[in-house]
Amino acid sequence: MSDVMHTTSTARTGRSATASRTYAAFLGIGLVLLIVAPLFFYPIFLMKLLCFALFACAFNLLLGYTGLLSFGHATFFGGAAYFTAHAVKEWAVTPEIGILVGVLGAAALGLIMGFFAIRRQGIYFAMITLALAQMFFFFCLQAEFTHGEDGIQSVPRGHLFGLVDLNDTTSMYYFVLGVFLIGMIVIWRFINSPFGMILKSIRENEQRAISLGYSVARYKLGAFVMSAALAGLAGGTKALVFQFATLTDVGWQMSGEVILMTLLGGIGTLIGPIFGAGLVVTLQNYLATSQFPVTIITGVVFMVCVLVFRRGIIGEFYASRLGRRLGFEHRR
Amino acid sequence: MTMIFGIPLQAFMGQLLIGLINGSFYALLSLGLAVIFGLLRVINFAHGAQYMLGAFVAMLMLQYFGINYWFALLLAPIVVGLFGAVIERLLLSRLYKLDHLYGLLFTFGLALTIEGTFRYLYGSSGQPYAPPPQLTGATNLGFMFLPNYRGWVVVASLFVCIGTWLLIEKTKLGAYLRAATENPTLVQAFGVNVPMLLTLTYALGAGLAAFAGVLAAPVYQVSPLMGSNIIIVVFAVVVVGGMGSIMGAIITGYILGIAEGLTKVFYPEASSIVIFVIMAIVLLIRPAGLFGRDA
Repeated sequence: MSDVMHTTSTARTGRSATASRTYAAFLGIGLVLLIVAPLFFYPIFLMKLLCFALFACAFNLLLGYTGLLSFGHATFFGGAAYFTAHAVKEWAVTPEIGILVGVLGAAALGLIMGFFAIRRQGIYFAMITLALAQMFFFFCLQAEFTHGEDGIQSVPRGHLFGLVDLNDTTSMYYFVLGVFLIGMIVIWRFINSPFGMILKSIRENEQRAISLGYSVARYKLGAFVMSAALAGLAGGTKALVFQFATLTDVGWQMSGEVILMTLLGGIGTLIGPIFGAGLVVTLQNYLATSQFPVTIITGVVFMVCVLVFRRGIIGEFYASRLGRRLGFEHRR
Repeated sequence: MTMIFGIPLQAFMGQLLIGLINGSFYALLSLGLAVIFGLLRVINFAHGAQYMLGAFVAMLMLQYFGINYWFALLLAPIVVGLFGAVIERLLLSRLYKLDHLYGLLFTFGLALTIEGTFRYLYGSSGQPYAPPPQLTGATNLGFMFLPNYRGWVVVASLFVCIGTWLLIEKTKLGAYLRAATENPTLVQAFGVNVPMLLTLTYALGAGLAAFAGVLAAPVYQVSPLMGSNIIIVVFAVVVVGGMGSIMGAIITGYILGIAEGLTKVFYPEASSIVIFVIMAIVLLIRPAGLFGRDA
């Protein structure tokens, strides 16, 4: 009996007890590193990194755990940035309410886009999300409240709960770190819930999930909205960090970027996208000062990943000899 | 002045013509996408980049070798088609056994690389490309002036679209293509070189995109960004049409181009999104697309 239980729990988490311990150790180290990081790195850079990491993990919820490739996630990231920026600047609400507005807005957009997109599968799903995202881009270009090409500028960071002044960089960093951790815990809870299990079954074999009586469309829509809301959490936070919201965040390039981060880090791994995001953001920062355009590098990395590196960094690690000795397994 | 639906006839016809021109490009590009998708099961995200390449090759040929428009219209598709063939043979062909999404991601990376390279070399701003001297000027149709070059674009694209359709539906090569779409293994067992057929198809699709690019060069400016601006709209066109039928892709391209032009007359603010709205409506009513066969 206990053997059966053990197998089930292994199957659920996809790793052995050794791996769980290693994992916990790594998480602990990672958390400590994140807490002391602002002593060593430029805090704005770190905050940007955390926002994109959360964005990529939210995206991976859909691609990695449901098997749906969305080419329109910039809508939720950039849309939430606009909503949060508008709420904080025009309605003068506190930052946490502002971010909540962003999350709810992104979830609503996710509900609409998902409603249309889940009517088709695979490649068509990708194209529909891309087209709808482009439509939202044009909307943002013309709408009054987004201020078109200028974007929403000088967004106040305000006081968290009316108490903590977020204009102080250190406070802001720990606030962003908190948001990031909350987001990650939500994602972790979500994919290990019964709902998440059903999503994985849809990814593995949609027909069988249907024949088992699951309303697949509803689960897909649920995952889509969840992913959109979390992407919105990242986008809204980013608007507060940089104190502006612009068209860059809703463009198709942004949707492509988040795909690259996830692919590079490891599709279907919980922490892979964090590494992917870290690498891409670092690369962009590094190249920002040179004349060489980032797009060329991004494009080449994309092609190389697809051709020879489909598991991504973390996926390769899990599949490597060291990873397997530590008890991880990678099943893609 | 003659009025139609409360709009001056001239403005109405002018926008209709612009719609028809855009429709010509949508039709050519969605045709190429449909041909490639039909056989390779790859959505060619680099289609926009190949369209842009066509325009650039034409412009550079003129600049460096003095090759005129008419030769460029013939040579640029061949150059870009060869480039496509090399890419397919060396890289893309490795992805066929995987999930089709990888093909989309690979061509997306390819599109970024090509676009980034040209932006690096030539900057983001557009460069003019003069229409051939035979087609300058305009013809008075009585109710409006038709710029000759624009008339040529519509005729040429119709001609090429119908030609491609005939090639696929009525020739022996086309029969092989269609057979390989249905069952590649069986066709290969009959002694047809299917991998070669795949390469040819990709080259044909890339060549069609380049042809559209050369046609577009005198209408729009030659700019590294011209491809990514149009490709997303073409994706929406393809979703509306459904990729099951070649003729479907062509007809949908023209219809949506015209719909976009007419929207510009009646409600200009919505003209940039009307195709996406139509796509959403079609998805509600007929998820498989207007001409789609698959569910």
